[in-house]
Amino acid sequence: MAESDNIVVETAEKIFADLADPQTINNDKKNSWQAPLWQALSDAGLPLSWVPDDLGGSGASLADGFALLNAAGRFAVAVPLAETMLAGWLLAQAKIASPAGEMTVLPASPKDRITLDADGALSGRARGVPFAKAAKHFAVLAHGKDGISIALIDAAKARIEAGLNVGYDHSDTVTLDKVQPVTLKPAPKGFDQTTLMLMGGVARSLQIAGALESMLDISVRYSNERVAFEKKISKFQAVQHNLARLAGESAAALAAATSAADAIANAKAFDNEVYLEAASAKIRCAEAAEKGGGIAHQVHGAIGFTMEHILHRYSLRALAWRDDFGSESHWAVELGKLVASRGADELWPLVASR
Amino acid sequence: MTAALRFDPIRLPEKCEQLRKEVRAFLAEEIAAGTFDPHKPNREDTDAPEFSRRVGAKGWLGMTWPKKYGGQERSFLERYVVTEEMRVANAPTRRFFVADRQSGPVLLKYAPEHIKMDILPRICRGEICFAIGMSEPNSGSDLFAAKTRATKTDGGYLINGTKIWTSSAHIADYMIAIFRTSPPTKENRRHGLTQFLVKMKQPGIKVNPIGQITGQYEFNEVVFTDHFIPDDHVLGEVDGAWKQATSELAYERSGPERFLETYYVLTELVRAVGPNPDTRSAEGIGRLVAQLHTMRRMSVSVAGMLQAGKEPVVEASIVKDIGTVWEQQLPHRVRDLAAFVEETATNRETLEHQLDFAIKTAPKLTIQGGTTEVLRGIIARGLGLR
Ligand SMILES: Cc1cc2nc3c(=O)[nH]c(=O)nc-3n(C[C@H](O)[C@H](O)[C@H](O)COP(=O)(O)OP(=O)(O)OC[C@H]3O[C@@H](n4cnc5c(N)ncnc54)[C@H](O)[C@@H]3O)c2cc1C
Repeated sequence: MAESDNIVVETAEKIFADLADPQTINNDKKNSWQAPLWQALSDAGLPLSWVPDDLGGSGASLADGFALLNAAGRFAVAVPLAETMLAGWLLAQAKIASPAGEMTVLPASPKDRITLDADGALSGRARGVPFAKAAKHFAVLAHGKDGISIALIDAAKARIEAGLNVGYDHSDTVTLDKVQPVTLKPAPKGFDQTTLMLMGGVARSLQIAGALESMLDISVRYSNERVAFEKKISKFQAVQHNLARLAGESAAALAAATSAADAIANAKAFDNEVYLEAASAKIRCAEAAEKGGGIAHQVHGAIGFTMEHILHRYSLRALAWRDDFGSESHWAVELGKLVASRGADELWPLVASR
Repeated sequence: MTAALRFDPIRLPEKCEQLRKEVRAFLAEEIAAGTFDPHKPNREDTDAPEFSRRVGAKGWLGMTWPKKYGGQERSFLERYVVTEEMRVANAPTRRFFVADRQSGPVLLKYAPEHIKMDILPRICRGEICFAIGMSEPNSGSDLFAAKTRATKTDGGYLINGTKIWTSSAHIADYMIAIFRTSPPTKENRRHGLTQFLVKMKQPGIKVNPIGQITGQYEFNEVVFTDHFIPDDHVLGEVDGAWKQATSELAYERSGPERFLETYYVLTELVRAVGPNPDTRSAEGIGRLVAQLHTMRRMSVSVAGMLQAGKEPVVEASIVKDIGTVWEQQLPHRVRDLAAFVEETATNRETLEHQLDFAIKTAPKLTIQGGTTEVLRGIIARGLGLR
């Protein structure tokens, strides 16, 4: 796997290798792998990586947390690790302590709004909330009369309509009807819903990039095993060129995602430059998921189209992750508007600022 | 084991930003003085000797080379900044760029000391122009099929044969070329080619212009008839050029010039749509900017690898593949979006002229410096498929 000298990533990779082997998971129709995996991740403090010690977390750096998400993407793990990390991070912005157990964040789409009523209750609807069904608590960003607030709420108080995304993971609609939060605090100055969407988008970008790395690996391996016309298919130039393109898409996704993660980890604020990085990562990784995933399936022929084969664990999740925290078309419109409003002569200075 | 290629998020150090300001200021002065028009990419800019000298005087040629050869011993990342600012401004770099990027580094590695002392400082001063003589009429992608012969004679070699598609040969002072010094062997069909330093404008060299579909004249056929090259102009190992030529290509393939050749149409599109674009234009621009940003981050990362002394052959091939496919599609995407620009946009005419030229330029972008197919072959080898 990745040449990592990062203890957080090493710990996670060991847990994934032991408890989240894609083939074992794929064969286990009862999902009995989920509880032990979550337990091991929790014991290692990984879901609360981005929560400082004094708020109940393990206080890893932003950079380590991002690397962890990339590793999770390489295993395409379907437990709410990214979601709980994001929730803990959001709560920590307002110095709210994180409870134990699964969490997720809402809203998960830039289109949805949760409002804070005058009496301190939360109302609104959030669609496409990943793993809402599995979560014990929600970290919520809400718009009130006096600005933006961050709240911790008990998931049992929300109405949840279960749904599945393209990758067969829970992606639910959460309705809050005057829900009283466990804790509610104002968000720090400058923190808004866009900040949350950018952070969520970068998390998803790293997961997509990780899934593409694995798609490349298993496609290369498969092409060296499968024989057709009395040759390994890896010896056909057309197949080689497809794999070279897949390598390019995988490399582009990883470059965009790690660059954005590095930008956030080192930034003082979510300024225009971070916006360029984070929005670009989500756009480019989503494009790579489409192109790269298509090639991975092509190389695998029919076998990759079966439920028995592990390819779909990566390809469908990568496609599904495109939709969370703003799709690529959402971010493209927003980034395009930003560039246009700054004017033609500011385009290159913006790109070159990174 | 993972096949994935990592492009670490190298950030340009602070001194690069200072340098960037200096380059921008310099280019603004040149534009103001009328040296070139940044909005007109379709000019014949092969002959801008004074501009080259001024760039040299700034210390921006041979920047990474040792001081004793006229270099500045600066980093690849600093050189990177100079290159991209020149490209984005559409500066007339053709005269000096090949020497700076490619020929100089080859001489540094393989030329005898007295030749280095003679030629490298002149490159750094922007006084001389180089051409690359690799392709031949029956040998483009298949470099090792080259036939132009170098026959041993007293004190040197006699050259006979033809090079083709040689950019800038008509203004070049020197060419670095590969010639056949012996036949390929059964075991190694790459064997038998040698790299030479050729002094142009000498007896036995004839340069014939070849027109391009853009309407411009940039490349040539170069015919050698008993042209004499002295022994000390052999670069590196006799019969061993194949080892040398491949590492040279990492420099040629990953720089900002590999995705910025048609960039000017994107700026002009942003100008044409104005500050309040409709959704379609906004989305189109947003996607193009995200793609550009990603490629640039990859390209900067490769510059960081070169700085660290690595030979990122596969990574450079990926950047060139993705970058050139992108810059080839860019004019067509901009054309799509420009269809909805208001008739009254003040720069409409400029945009149309630029698109016309960029669309004519586009077909060459995935051919020059190694075709897409050849690059994908190199990437496939990197993946262990061949
Ligand atoms: C604007 C411009 C400037 C140039 N400047 C220079 C220069 O300064 N010096 C110089 O030496 N050369 C120069 N070239 C030449 C360039 O390097 C060659 O054109 C290039 O290497 C391709 O060679 P070719 O044109 O002979 O095409 P061919 O090699 O004949 O290729 C034709 C097609 O077949 C494909 N093909 C060939 N072999 C394979 C294979 N094994 N597998 C799959 N596909 C294959 C190619 O990818 C291409 O699509 C320039 C070219 C251009 C367009």
